[in-house]
Amino acid sequence: MSNSFLRKLIFDEKIRSLVVQTLIIGIFALIIYLITQQTAYNLEKRGIGTGFGFLNMSAGYDISIRLIPYTSESTHFRAYLVGLINTLMISICGCFLATILGFLVGIIRLSSNWLFRNIAYVYVEFTRNVPVLLQIILYYTILLYLPKIKQALVLFDTFYITNRGIYSPAPIFKDGFSIVAWSFVVAIIFSIFLKKYLKKKQEKSGNQYPIFYINSALIIFTPIIFYYIMDMPLDFDHPILKGFNFKGGMVVRPEFMGMLLGLSIYTAAFISETVRSGIISVSKGQREASQALGLKNNLVLRLIVIPQALRVIIPPLTSQYLNLTKNSSLGIAIGYADLVHGFGGISLNQTGKAIEIMSMVMVTYLTISLTISLFMNIYNKSVQFKGNA
Amino acid sequence: MSASISLTHNKYYSWCRNNLFSSWINGIITILSIYFIYEVSSFFLNWTIFEADFVNNFRGEKITDRTFCSKNIEPGQHGACWAIIIVRFHQFVYGFYPVEEAWRVNLVYGLLPFALVGIFFDNLPFRKYFIYFTFLFPFIGYFLLYGGAGLDVVGTSKWGGLLVTLFLGVTGILLAFPLSIILALGRRSKMPVIKTICIIFIEFIRGVPLITLLFTANVMLPLFLPDGVRPDNLLRALVAVTLFQSAYMAEAIRGGLQAIPKGQLEAAQSLGLTYWQSTRKIILPQALKISIPPIVNTCIGLFKDTSLVLIIGLFDLLGVGRAAVSDIDWAKLHYEVYVFISLVFFIFCFGMSRYSLYLEKKLKTDNS
Repeated sequence: MSNSFLRKLIFDEKIRSLVVQTLIIGIFALIIYLITQQTAYNLEKRGIGTGFGFLNMSAGYDISIRLIPYTSESTHFRAYLVGLINTLMISICGCFLATILGFLVGIIRLSSNWLFRNIAYVYVEFTRNVPVLLQIILYYTILLYLPKIKQALVLFDTFYITNRGIYSPAPIFKDGFSIVAWSFVVAIIFSIFLKKYLKKKQEKSGNQYPIFYINSALIIFTPIIFYYIMDMPLDFDHPILKGFNFKGGMVVRPEFMGMLLGLSIYTAAFISETVRSGIISVSKGQREASQALGLKNNLVLRLIVIPQALRVIIPPLTSQYLNLTKNSSLGIAIGYADLVHGFGGISLNQTGKAIEIMSMVMVTYLTISLTISLFMNIYNKSVQFKGNA
Repeated sequence: MSASISLTHNKYYSWCRNNLFSSWINGIITILSIYFIYEVSSFFLNWTIFEADFVNNFRGEKITDRTFCSKNIEPGQHGACWAIIIVRFHQFVYGFYPVEEAWRVNLVYGLLPFALVGIFFDNLPFRKYFIYFTFLFPFIGYFLLYGGAGLDVVGTSKWGGLLVTLFLGVTGILLAFPLSIILALGRRSKMPVIKTICIIFIEFIRGVPLITLLFTANVMLPLFLPDGVRPDNLLRALVAVTLFQSAYMAEAIRGGLQAIPKGQLEAAQSLGLTYWQSTRKIILPQALKISIPPIVNTCIGLFKDTSLVLIIGLFDLLGVGRAAVSDIDWAKLHYEVYVFISLVFFIFCFGMSRYSLYLEKKLKTDNS
């Protein structure tokens, strides 16, 4: 009897897999139980309580780069929000800049000019084979060697470049500016409908309309006209040197600039490679066939090559965006106040709530990653082959 | 007319014509590019070599601290001051490892190529023994570096510089390799429990930045373990790095596993091989071969990412560099240090990426 049971245990696939899985669940449960027991014991011994109550306590440290109001009396939760916004800000700006730079370099790498294309190649090899952390620190160091505030470099009498940041005039919105902004939004929405309408008309009659020029003019001139109608509701607050520092205006801190340069220059090298391989993947016949149909060069690119290349480019581009977002956590090395630096670093040291804080930080990053993947997957679906493939 | 025809027969002339001056715009771009290259390279070469100090400054004095650097004596006249690298070379390569014991590190550096060559080149004679050595190497290396049994013990807090960078990189990769195979197989397993665990592990690790894992290992590992067990800082970093690398490597291997036709497994099973037999003898050898290029790419990534350990207070190559520039005797020589470290990383990573390209080419010809 027991012999046949043993036989089944070893040779019957269903039973064997059931036993193995139960065993694994058991082992995991045991490990988790032991770790939680040990952790609870260790925490108790060190006098560290658990729970998220600390989030409502005063943080007691200052954050220089912030988009929402924050003082050293603000709560730890407020510090978390400031850090989160800073992380999102650097990630979005970095992705934007890296995409532009990456596409540019990727296209240059396919240039017919040998010298031009090899300059791009050298750039790619040098930036992607050096750690991004080292690059961030290096660019930040260069920014710190800019002139001191007293000897600021002045550009067009409005921008002051110093080692404490780049000072520029800050816009002041007066009443009525919201109407200008709304006119801009309405112009965009209207131009989308106009494009659809003109496309339909073109398909019926065969006449081509300069859709691009009409829409560009619409989007650019509508807000300008409204700007003058509303009697120019925009003013600028210029930075003025008072004593040892500038008063007024806006400032872009070197920490932010260093992060932005490091992340985008590094990631652009990778993006340029995916762009290059995407464009190469479109077979030469496609290009030749469309030229044979009489399409102009820019139309060949816009209608034939780029849509097909995007199918190849989008998936690796997504993972580059994810990498950039994760690398934005390196701000701690130069003092950029992102999620890991402020909340994950200073708050953690002050409260000692390692488990709560680290899990909050990790869950936040996981959420950001999953959100990016989700949106890029939706976009990816829209550019993939359609129909009965 | 005839002159231009004879010119076009010239190989160089036609190459230039096609690649540099094929049109007016191209010609302008070429001239601008030449100007750009001239400006950049003349600046860089002057700074790094022609106007730079190495051992002595322009007066012929030996440089022992930053006040002797030519560029600090005559500002704006001279290039880099490489003396900081030369004077602190021991720290860059060995960290705070005792000078009289440095031969042990050198021996490990010397043995390292033998440990790696077996993995990298499959037509090597006696490859099997090299592979055995690869698996023995971490233990030999650890014994040599750490000491014990006759050798003086050198604690990991004294390790630093290139030693820590290579230690974390190489050991992380070697330890992550078996783990990643298990994860990749687990992710394709038919057992839902194993599959779920593997998916959650891989996606979790890939979804968070390495720095949060390093923080977690640094702060939370002591909380999880009993009182007596205090893993030192380097070991904590190694745990984080290994787990991190195993998730990325597992995805690379999964790509290889997916590329193997289902018929291979079915054929193996119809011959009566069990799951483990067919995996070990049929599936894995083929899948690993395809996935070597992406694996090497993850290794390059990891090697660069080891620099993050400076944030948790370890002295890797970059950490030692940062310590060097904040030393009062050598302060403000940032560029020299960072350029030197960049070059070291570049040599390693560029070498690995060339190897990955070589493999890709080789695999392509094998298959067609």
